[in-house]
Amino acid sequence: MTAMTEREAATAMARRKLGPSLRGWFQDWLPRLVLAPSFLLVLVFVYGFNLWTLFLSFTSSKAFPTTNLVGFTNYVRLWNWTFETDPPSNWYTALVNMGLFGGLYIFFCLFLGLLLAILLDQKIRGEGILRPIYLYPLALSFIVTGTAWKLFLDPRIGLENALHEWGWTSFHFDWVVDPQMMIYCVAIAGIWQSSGFVMAMFLAGLRGVDGEILKAAQIDGASTYQTYRRIVIPIIRPVFFSALIVLAHMAIKSYDLVLSVTGKNPGGAAELPSTFMYSYTFTRNQMAVGSASAVIMLMTIAAIMVPYIYSETREQSR
Amino acid sequence: MKFRAFLISTALTAVTISYGTLGHAADIKEVQMLHWWTSGGEAAALDVIKQAVAKQGYAWKDVPVAGGGGGAAMTTLKANVAAGNPPTASQILGYYALEYAEQGSLADISSLADKDGWDKVVPVALQKFAKTNGKWGAVPINIHSVNWIWLNKAVMEKIGGTEPKNFDEFVALLDKAKKGGVIPLALGGQPWQEATMFDSIVASTGGTEFYKKAFVDLDEGALKSDTMKKAFDNLAKLRDYVDPNYTGRDWNLATAMVIKGDALVQVMGDWAKGEFAAAHKEAGKDYLCYRFPGTDGSVFYNSDMFAFFKVPADRQAAQLALAQVTMNPDVQSAFNVIKGSVPARTDVSDAAFDICGKKGIADVKTANAKGTFFGSLAQNYAQPPAIATAYYDVVTKFMHGGIKTSDIAVTELVKAINAAK
Repeated sequence: MTAMTEREAATAMARRKLGPSLRGWFQDWLPRLVLAPSFLLVLVFVYGFNLWTLFLSFTSSKAFPTTNLVGFTNYVRLWNWTFETDPPSNWYTALVNMGLFGGLYIFFCLFLGLLLAILLDQKIRGEGILRPIYLYPLALSFIVTGTAWKLFLDPRIGLENALHEWGWTSFHFDWVVDPQMMIYCVAIAGIWQSSGFVMAMFLAGLRGVDGEILKAAQIDGASTYQTYRRIVIPIIRPVFFSALIVLAHMAIKSYDLVLSVTGKNPGGAAELPSTFMYSYTFTRNQMAVGSASAVIMLMTIAAIMVPYIYSETREQSR
Repeated sequence: MKFRAFLISTALTAVTISYGTLGHAADIKEVQMLHWWTSGGEAAALDVIKQAVAKQGYAWKDVPVAGGGGGAAMTTLKANVAAGNPPTASQILGYYALEYAEQGSLADISSLADKDGWDKVVPVALQKFAKTNGKWGAVPINIHSVNWIWLNKAVMEKIGGTEPKNFDEFVALLDKAKKGGVIPLALGGQPWQEATMFDSIVASTGGTEFYKKAFVDLDEGALKSDTMKKAFDNLAKLRDYVDPNYTGRDWNLATAMVIKGDALVQVMGDWAKGEFAAAHKEAGKDYLCYRFPGTDGSVFYNSDMFAFFKVPADRQAAQLALAQVTMNPDVQSAFNVIKGSVPARTDVSDAAFDICGKKGIADVKTANAKGTFFGSLAQNYAQPPAIATAYYDVVTKFMHGGIKTSDIAVTELVKAINAAK
């Protein structure tokens, strides 16, 4: 009996000795093992292909990739196109439209999102119903949103026609069929789709604000406007940052929305850098130029994001 | 090259996941058919072939990849072929068929072609896409042509119009419609539609020989010529007859305007007939079809083809059976009556077709004999897609005011085409 217990005690001790080290080994390595495949995939499919695109932009690739280096020729072409306004080059149109669409889309999504979130945060009745209604557009794909808005804004069958039938015959709204104005319609559709989502982000931020602070502000006699302007909005500043990142990349990558709202780019007036990149790379046999435009898009995003991320992280670590 | 192989294998993985079953059940008595004919009318037309294949004792394995233009289907096909696992046959468009043929992926079905004498009955211009180095690797199932105008008969009678025989008469007819208070020209202001209409305008303005020189041979002198400038000016003339809301409109909505009598005429390929048929309208009674004024006797076509890939020996019988069925005159007739197009062989009886179909069949026959049968540039049958896209660009910018004069337009056209070569 005693021998048995001794042996048991010995194994138990051994197990205790082995246990923590094995567990420790697992604890060290398991996260790395689990993350390794996705890390590898990201490394190859994101950064690897970024580099590959960068390389292609210095080649003379047309329909298929080649390794024949031509220096900055493709960038020079894009640079020349940037100033070719009559007739407008596709690249010039794409840049102008990106500025208009991106600027309006980001500004109004942030503005409307914040406004809706603040209004919903007033402890109103029926919030549970209102919130999903505002969020719902996000469940649609851009191509559905785009098609619906195209039909809705079409003067012959949509809004204008309906108002004419109801008697308001002087009403006139034909932006969606005017090549000069159609990019604004794309922005309207995009804002409708995304501002509910931004609202949800802001709402989460607002709920995170400590009620004590608000009460203190109230006691100090701050008006509602002052409370939001001076206290709440500065506190939820990180939400602006997240929303900006989400919106900026959605604006730059939007492709299906512009094609579906405008009806396949009539007059070449609805070009965006993304549509430019796709058509030059895959249908126009100018892969090198398409790659150069992709690199410029990447650098543009980096130019906005890197300083912002840098300043934000520095502030946090301080 | 490595990158391409890599890309293709990536695409392949995705495709194997979604179409995992394709090709694994290699069976002698089975025809696998990759296609993008998923809409009602198209599927009904394909059913004709399905039934005929079944009669030969072969099971039909449908591999539909939706998406109107066939872009998704072409990607799927590329992945399957690259993996050495091609379908028995695939729906395909001209330049893609050539690509596969040059790459050596297509089967040689010349024995059947010689036996059935396809060389004599398929229009010569179409054989360029079906045949490479004298070997048949694909078969055409239909011929669409773009130089048609479609008119609402009631409106035509109301304004007292007659068939226009040249461009000036066409403009006069549009004027009449304008005075009569209907929209003269139903147009969808999308690049491909404008370019499709411009194909006809170029042929009407400069004649078929000029069309060939400019768009088939890409002769720079012709592209820059005064005739081409005049064609652009003629396009500008037609712009005066569209309604203000035409920008971005889909082609079938424009057809609907003619069907409803809101507009007099649409310039569109004969796939527009499908819309009339779907609205239960009858050719000659409810609507009229004429060749685009000034292009009668010429046909500017595009065509749907079936490409046959190199497959293992035990699947070749099925392949030949499908090829034979596809080229069978009765099948071609039945298929094209439903599809709204014209048979791809010139010896098919026109008995089953309506008057527009009958005219289409007769036109293909004469155009083929006279050498006035050419591919449509806008529909990717005169030049590869890259050049067609460059062409769209110039036409649509001119149409919507981005390019202001026809002088600039021809310069831009030459520039764009050279860049796309």
